[in-house]
Amino acid sequence: MARLNPWRWVVLGLAALYFLVPLASSVIFTVDVPGQGVTFDAYTQIVSTDGFVSSLLLSLELALATIAIVLLLMVPAMVALRLGAPRLRPVVEVICQLPLVVPPIAFVAGISTVLKWGPDHLSRTPLFQTFVAIQNPSFPFVLVMAYVVMALPFVHRALDAGLRAIDVRTLVEAARSCGASWPQALLRTVLPNLRGALLNAAFLTLALVLGEFTVAQLLGFQPFAVWIYSVGGSQAQLSVAVSVLSLLVTWALLLALAGVGGRTRTASSRG
Amino acid sequence: MTATTLEKAAVDKAATVEFRGLRREFGPTVALDGLDLTVRPGEFLALLGPSGCGKTTALRMLAGFEHPDAGEVLVDGKDVTDVPAHRRDAGMVFQSYSLFPHLNALDNVAFGLRMRKVGAAERRSRAAELLELVGLADKGLRFPHQLSGGQQQRIALARALALRPRVLLLDEPLSALDAKVRLTLREEIRRLQQELGITTLFVTHDQEEALSIADRVAVMHAGRLEQCAEPAELYQRPATAFVAEFVGTMSRIPGHLAEDTVEVLGMRLPVEGTVPQASEVDVLVRPEAVRVEADATGSATVIATAFLGAATRLTVRLADGTEVKADLPTHEAAPLGAGAAVRVSLPERPVLVAERAR
Ligand SMILES: Nc1ncnc2c1ncn2[C@@H]1O[C@H](COP(=O)(O)OP(=O)(O)OP(=O)(O)O)[C@@H](O)[C@H]1O
Ligand SMILES: [Mg+2]
Repeated sequence: MARLNPWRWVVLGLAALYFLVPLASSVIFTVDVPGQGVTFDAYTQIVSTDGFVSSLLLSLELALATIAIVLLLMVPAMVALRLGAPRLRPVVEVICQLPLVVPPIAFVAGISTVLKWGPDHLSRTPLFQTFVAIQNPSFPFVLVMAYVVMALPFVHRALDAGLRAIDVRTLVEAARSCGASWPQALLRTVLPNLRGALLNAAFLTLALVLGEFTVAQLLGFQPFAVWIYSVGGSQAQLSVAVSVLSLLVTWALLLALAGVGGRTRTASSRG
Repeated sequence: MTATTLEKAAVDKAATVEFRGLRREFGPTVALDGLDLTVRPGEFLALLGPSGCGKTTALRMLAGFEHPDAGEVLVDGKDVTDVPAHRRDAGMVFQSYSLFPHLNALDNVAFGLRMRKVGAAERRSRAAELLELVGLADKGLRFPHQLSGGQQQRIALARALALRPRVLLLDEPLSALDAKVRLTLREEIRRLQQELGITTLFVTHDQEEALSIADRVAVMHAGRLEQCAEPAELYQRPATAFVAEFVGTMSRIPGHLAEDTVEVLGMRLPVEGTVPQASEVDVLVRPEAVRVEADATGSATVIATAFLGAATRLTVRLADGTEVKADLPTHEAAPLGAGAAVRVSLPERPVLVAERAR
């Protein structure tokens, strides 16, 4: 099948140049220090800097929480929409695309206004504690809430494509006539056939959360992206090393996620 | 292909199904408009009707996927209207391919048993038994996308039978298959149904399919039951004009009603069944009952012929422009090409009449 069409090679070559040249240059720049030969000082310096592990962990926790919440929210909603109210689909679609239209800077301005306004007005009510709790720097839940909203467009797209590919109604009814209750029908027949879509949604959300900077920075929290920026500082080599590293970390995590998803897929198709 | 264990289990609990005054509206459309129907224990009943007459809706009500606005569904005399679908004890085969894509054939068949928490070993042996029953014992490890349409529907049938349901519901299970597979599969469905003695409702809009395999055929029209009878009776003594024209081919010949006889084609024939009020009526005739003879002075002309094998179907235009279909043995029809002048007559038998359509 793969005919060695010269044009393909040209396109592939150009794409590779476009992506790999800057990357390779960055790597060379960070490891080849003039006068010292090849050295990994820049990288060891980053890794040993205070906060590397904690900020990376924080980002991962935020990502996991975001993925869990956004999927728990969207999967039942989208399935219900498909089965019960197909006419509402365009409405939900528009709502889910809104975060793409609102710039993050406007979004975060709104959030911080609410966060400032809240405590003043609610200081005598139990809600005050809630406001404090969601801004706990060791796990700022307010960021999860923001990320859930920001991930909506991607998750919606991924799930919608997945649901389009299967006949949800017939699957559910077939399961029900085989004696499965509603939750069983969803868990045993709809979700397994949505695995690809769920994986895609998780993928996109993970990438979004790991790379998100604006909201976290402006609300004053320090997940990985913000930390890496603050470490970069004024040292040229260090700041480039930081961006290479963040790229590699994101890649590694995405590959890990793909690996997990891929393995369960082959496992289940055998068993 | 033995079905002894399954058979015993099913026969002694074959169920009676009763629809009483079922009504269901979807916005402005009335899908069911007071449907009354009784299915006898162990019977193979075909639900026949034109597209949109509510067949699927009726079946889905029995399966529990649809709730009636009024009326009730009884199984063995018990109202099951409020029983959720997964406790209805009804196996269903859907019109579209409905196997679970992520499970292989064996696991598809075993799905219901798994839901009922049957142990793995028993599950596997029973699923294998069912696959054998539908003749696909060697395809257990295939996934749905590796199976042909006919094979998928067989697996779906096995899956529907796995829980030994009291009622088997088939919603046009053959409509997506090609003609040859349809024929063999419908015979197989019939054979299985007879072996298992399970009460079965089979929805179809193909009258030949319904007449050839069902014990009784229920003809529906606009959400109501028109007639429910054995195939031969339905064909020979349709209760209404709708049934007469829907089942088999019917031609309408204008006639004039005089008391309880009707004047048609220069003959005077008794009327069968109820006599309509109007005096201008149409006589309904089957093609095999129409006689056509070559006659140079005849006022009718042959306008088309279609070779059907042993018989040839002629389309004849009468003097008043009415078109009548007639089946003749092929050797008799040979001289009657398009354009031939003929004379049309009917046998001296009671005929069915209906009010004039125009
Ligand atoms: N979920 C629904 N929403 C709106 N209208 C519906 C719905 N289900 C059925 N209908 C309407 O109810 C009527 C009967 O539908 P039903 O599916 O029972 O017909 P059918 O006899 O099975 O036809 P076919 O032979 O084409 O399958 C149709 O007019 C259909 O448009
Ligand atoms: Mg239908």
